[in-house]
Amino acid sequence: MSDDVTLTIDDIQVTVPAGTTLLKAAEQAGIDNIPTICYHDYCTSNGLCRMCVVEVEGSRTLVPSCVGKVSAGMKVHTRTPRVERSRRTILEMLNSAVDLSDAPEIQEFMTEYAADRERLPGARPREHPVLDDNPMYVRDYSKCILCWRCVQVCAEDAQYTYAINFSGRGFQTQIDTFFQKPMLETTCVFCGQCVAVCPTGALKPKRQWLLEQGASIDEVMDMTRSERRRKKPRIEAGE
Amino acid sequence: MPELDLTPLRSILAEYAPKGRPGLIPALHAAQAIYGYLPQPVAAEVGRTLGVPLAEVYGVIDFYAMFYREPVVKTVVHVCDDPACAIAGAESVYNMLTYEYSQEASGAPSAITVERAPCLGLCEHAPALMVKGIQRGKVNHNGNGHLIEEIGEKPYGIIAGDISYLTANCGKRRATSLEEYVASGGYQSLKKALGMAPAAIIAEVKASGLVGRGGAAFPTGLKWEGAANAPGEPKYVVCNADEAEPGTFKDRVLMEEDPQRILEGLIIAAYAVGAHQGVIFIRGEYTNAFQIMGKAVAQARQAGFIGKNILGSGYDFDVELFRSAGAYICGEETALFEAVEGKRGFPRMKPPFPTTNGLFNKPTAINNVETLCNVPLILSLGAAEYRKIGTEKSPGPKLFCLSGDVERPGLYEVPFGIPIRHLIYDLGGGIRTGRKLQAILFGGAAGAFATEKDLDVRMSFEDLRAAGLPLGSGVVTVFDETRDLRAVLLRLARFFAEESCGKCYPCQLGTQRQYEITQRVASSEMLAGDNARLSDIAWTMTDASLCGLGQTAASAVMSAMKIWPEMFVESHP
Ligand SMILES: Cc1cc2nc3c(=O)[nH]c(=O)nc-3n(C[C@H](O)[C@H](O)[C@H](O)COP(=O)(O)O)c2cc1C
Ligand code: SF4
Ligand code: SF4
Ligand code: FES
Repeated sequence: MSDDVTLTIDDIQVTVPAGTTLLKAAEQAGIDNIPTICYHDYCTSNGLCRMCVVEVEGSRTLVPSCVGKVSAGMKVHTRTPRVERSRRTILEMLNSAVDLSDAPEIQEFMTEYAADRERLPGARPREHPVLDDNPMYVRDYSKCILCWRCVQVCAEDAQYTYAINFSGRGFQTQIDTFFQKPMLETTCVFCGQCVAVCPTGALKPKRQWLLEQGASIDEVMDMTRSERRRKKPRIEAGE
Repeated sequence: MPELDLTPLRSILAEYAPKGRPGLIPALHAAQAIYGYLPQPVAAEVGRTLGVPLAEVYGVIDFYAMFYREPVVKTVVHVCDDPACAIAGAESVYNMLTYEYSQEASGAPSAITVERAPCLGLCEHAPALMVKGIQRGKVNHNGNGHLIEEIGEKPYGIIAGDISYLTANCGKRRATSLEEYVASGGYQSLKKALGMAPAAIIAEVKASGLVGRGGAAFPTGLKWEGAANAPGEPKYVVCNADEAEPGTFKDRVLMEEDPQRILEGLIIAAYAVGAHQGVIFIRGEYTNAFQIMGKAVAQARQAGFIGKNILGSGYDFDVELFRSAGAYICGEETALFEAVEGKRGFPRMKPPFPTTNGLFNKPTAINNVETLCNVPLILSLGAAEYRKIGTEKSPGPKLFCLSGDVERPGLYEVPFGIPIRHLIYDLGGGIRTGRKLQAILFGGAAGAFATEKDLDVRMSFEDLRAAGLPLGSGVVTVFDETRDLRAVLLRLARFFAEESCGKCYPCQLGTQRQYEITQRVASSEMLAGDNARLSDIAWTMTDASLCGLGQTAASAVMSAMKIWPEMFVESHP
């Protein structure tokens, strides 16, 4: 990437190396309030959440800034009514589907974009039982926003373990193991990278989860220790 | 559970193993043909043999509607219930079959399961169904006591129109043979092409003004030029025969009745872009077309039109058929590549485009079946003569799939630019049983509605665009005055909710929410604020979705809201 590219973002002129994303170019122009949900500095960007969309003059649709690249003479607007409408509606739809109580960043976006938390009456949520099937972490996919980070760090983005993938499609998509096997029966090596990148508390360290359930520190130590000794864990404790 | 015998699986897997991951979907098809479904040990064996992580094998199985991970009965009947079949009585067919053939009615265990299916591409024979891959049409006219495989009629192409360039060999009630195709002048264009420089062919196609018939209307010559000039080897050509847009059946008819024309177009495309390998990607439900295309390829290979040193030119080209497995999204070109590579059909981000980063990340020219059928015609007539068909800005012949409440549903070949009225009234015989026209759905599920006042709009890209109507893949579904369009909208909304791949949020969430609100529209139970909700969701899907599915998922609903606001009354507080 040899050449530099000059473009205008919200009337500010910036010059960045060719191949830079609009998100990074905007940051360089001092615009650091483009909201992102699925984007992570150390994961492959797939342009999933579309929260980062911006208006590019001449483009039929909005452009996701986390993956959209700069080009010379581009005129970009990061906060127009069109952009706000999409961002607000995405937040309202997401909130109607997923338990976002453990996702403080998304909560802040909802306030900033005046998203109505009751906007979609009668909307079917994505509800799943809590999966407590190993001594290291608990999976609560009712809180999963399908950002794909866990799948990616488990695969080519970090670990090359390939323990998890997807089941279903569309609204019914879920992070899943081979034939829904409990984690101990998968290739999972319990590296914990998925837990570390999960932005919504869908993946949580077992001890933290037990504490939140009201267990005392001693009880937690007891439980996780004895569980680790056991070979086969239960599949769906939940309670 | 008795131990599964994996011996037959192991022997067939030997064939797919060298392919690795791209062998996954073909291997799963083959495995399911043995066991009837894909139980865990079978899926695991396939994954291990092909070197695909098990979680990803599972992800693929669960993405495609035609793969089952639970046992199914031997005979699955798929009853189409998308608009054309729905208005022809699909629901009563479904009920009749469930009553007559399934276990719920008789109490005895039955070998038959009846399922609802998205458009089977048999709209001109509505109501239609498929029994173990066998197509049957007009199934409401009989049923009683028949063998399930013999219910209704065998559907043959119904071909008509003002011209017959693309459909010249169709209407025989069988596939045109290689000999017949050659006798009618077939493969002369390939001979001519092989004597030309690739760049000269591309120039001719550019001069013809041919644009893609798969829905996106991209100039074909420009696409070929892009792939030809892109760095990277090998290059690929792909024929997109995944036809699944509700209301579309043109590509099925072309494959079933004149397969060699498609091959000739594809070989010329390959030569023009410098590809030596091609893939014909066929919708999973189109088993008949798949067999016919397979035979056609074998015959063309034997006759020296495909293979090494084609017609002594020194040019080599071979082609593989790929059978998809039940996912509308795989018609989207990049999702199609993912499927061929053995993955879930998630569309990729564009740019980069297929011409530079296509199949296996290599330069690829992908074209629709009908687009490719225009290619031999362009070379035989010459671009100038070809342009005399159609209008100045939309040259060439066009196939329209006419279905719904018309006297004569069928596949109509016409020059671009005829008025809608001519198609529906002069050619199609007008509205059935003398009723009045209520609406025309243009472009399929991803399309928009037209009414009486649009009848004189000429069907060309430029005129339709001016009238706000998408040409799409050439779907024209007609609804008479008695039809409840809200029920039609509900079906379309359900279609998108079922077919969204789930990758990007606007469509993953929006198609579901649109479906829920449309349910309230259809049952006259709209809540205060539903119109605003529906249009926010519609705009967000259109404006912010990753691919064309989400970007058009609200198109029909939005056009209905504009034309018939009275259908969207918020009757509940
Ligand atoms: C959701 C979706 C489904 C599509 N389905 C098909 C299809 O079944 N057949 C097809 O030829 N093109 C389909 N397309 C368009 C293809 O992406 C692509 O534009 C086309 O194959 C290019 O060929 P053409 O230029 O000859 O039209 C679809 C696009 C989208 C977004
Ligand atoms: S579990 Fe967490 S990291 Fe994985 S997709 Fe869901 S929200 Fe993202
Ligand atoms: S628009 Fe729909 S089909 Fe396309 S990538 Fe997004 S979720 Fe998938
Ligand atoms: S942050 Fe850009 S699409 Fe999610």
